[in-house]
Amino acid sequence: MRIYADNAATTKISKRAAEAMTVCMEDLFGNPSSLHADGQKAAEALKAARESIAANIGCTEKEIYFTSGGSESDNQAIISAAMYGKARGKRHIITTAFEHHAVLHTVRKLEKEGFEVTYLDVHGNGIVNPAELEAAIREDTALVTVMYANNEIGTIQPIDKIGEICSRRKVLFHTDAVQAAGHIDIDVERSKVDYLSLSAHKFHGPRGIGVLYARKRNQLFTLIEGGAQERSRRAGTENLPAIVGMAAALEEACEKMRDNSIKATSLRNRLIDGLLKIPHTVLNGDTAHRLPGNVNVCFEGIEGESLLLLLDMKGISASSGSACTSGSLDPSHVLLAIGRPHEIAHGSLRLTLDESNTESEIDTIISSVTEVVDRLRKMSPVWDDLEKGIKKHVI
Amino acid sequence: MLYSEKVMDHFMNPRNVGKIEDADGVGEVGNAKCGDIMKIYLKIDNDVITDVKFNTFGCGSAIATSSMACEMIKGKPLSEAMELTNQAVVEALDGLPPQKIHCSVLAEEAVKAAVKDYYDKNGIEYDSTLFREGSHCDHCSNAEN
Repeated sequence: MRIYADNAATTKISKRAAEAMTVCMEDLFGNPSSLHADGQKAAEALKAARESIAANIGCTEKEIYFTSGGSESDNQAIISAAMYGKARGKRHIITTAFEHHAVLHTVRKLEKEGFEVTYLDVHGNGIVNPAELEAAIREDTALVTVMYANNEIGTIQPIDKIGEICSRRKVLFHTDAVQAAGHIDIDVERSKVDYLSLSAHKFHGPRGIGVLYARKRNQLFTLIEGGAQERSRRAGTENLPAIVGMAAALEEACEKMRDNSIKATSLRNRLIDGLLKIPHTVLNGDTAHRLPGNVNVCFEGIEGESLLLLLDMKGISASSGSACTSGSLDPSHVLLAIGRPHEIAHGSLRLTLDESNTESEIDTIISSVTEVVDRLRKMSPVWDDLEKGIKKHVI
Repeated sequence: MLYSEKVMDHFMNPRNVGKIEDADGVGEVGNAKCGDIMKIYLKIDNDVITDVKFNTFGCGSAIATSSMACEMIKGKPLSEAMELTNQAVVEALDGLPPQKIHCSVLAEEAVKAAVKDYYDKNGIEYDSTLFREGSHCDHCSNAEN
């Protein structure tokens, strides 16, 4: 039996979601935009899914826009706020150095078009300081975009505080809640957010479907033209089976959130404790303000891809922020943002658990990782230098 | 699978891993910043490589290319080891993904650096044009800057 510990990459679809989708595909084949009974039956299912999702994030159904996923939602929210601000003479955006690339690449594109961007420090613990955020707000700030929880190190940001600041300073606020939705309690009213992105496949829903919550329709611009769907803000015939599956998955995740969170947190802590027993190992990201299932550590003297390959051979699916796994020259921008040096960031391992993992799986992961790290260190010239004192340990 | 069966075999069961404490030539290339370092140890007798070991910090293909390069020069005269090319290592491994070709370049350089070290230590004259200055791998020379 393989052990799946890569839930931040994607999750296994839940039975409830898969069943809802099957029923939808078989019975609700009509186009929700069609006037006839088949179409209207589909339109009713679409409405019910929209209402259900709205209820689970604390908004009304009119504020829910279905998209192809987290990346599209992030793009649309940021470009919309930027265009809205630009029309009012605002050309400044505040974000963090460790956002998902769907956010970072979009703001970089806007930078090239004349926007100024402030990248907030996320400090050694991977958490934004709200006072620093407030100090960065200017007269011409069009948007603040800060992720709800980080996808690599799982740190949860002070979203309620940031929302309060943005609302008081009258600046639009977007949060990429892709990793948070379905795992921790989200309420757009309480957090005073103007835009929020989420993606179904991170909470046991199908992939290729997501939500953009937008408080005001006039602050939303279209990226995809060609139809009146989604209140004329996102054209294209709705992917109804995926939408229905997403609604079912979010409902289930929210119903079971308390129990799932307790279980995943306890597994996570067991895993962290076990891994930190390996010498010269460090946990990335804050211990307390952390997603229930997220473990991210760096091992000195080894490289992440070889670690992943060996773990894969032992039947464990995990992830790493090494350059070799990202396909670029640099290791994870998230680990660099929290101040890890390149050579340490190359030796990172992310294990993201969920409620279906077991204590015995955690113990297998701990013993396998311990063995593999030891094996790689024994053939590493970097480790050899560290052991001989030619180089100094940094962690 | 990203890698060929041969690469996986040399990664999972690397040949010649280790160090030679009284090595006649040692070559180290790459840097930790960009994620791979190879160190090759040679034992040389009468211009023949009688033993070879490596230590590598790096990804699966870095380990596999080190292992293969060592196999290819073991028991060979130095002149033959100097003719080892990264393409030959890639071919012997049944290919590498494009973004991993630099690993084979490192392996070739590590072998040459170890031979050069042997020549330097023993005051043996050689044609310096056979050894390029610094790394000719863009991947690593960029990271050094």
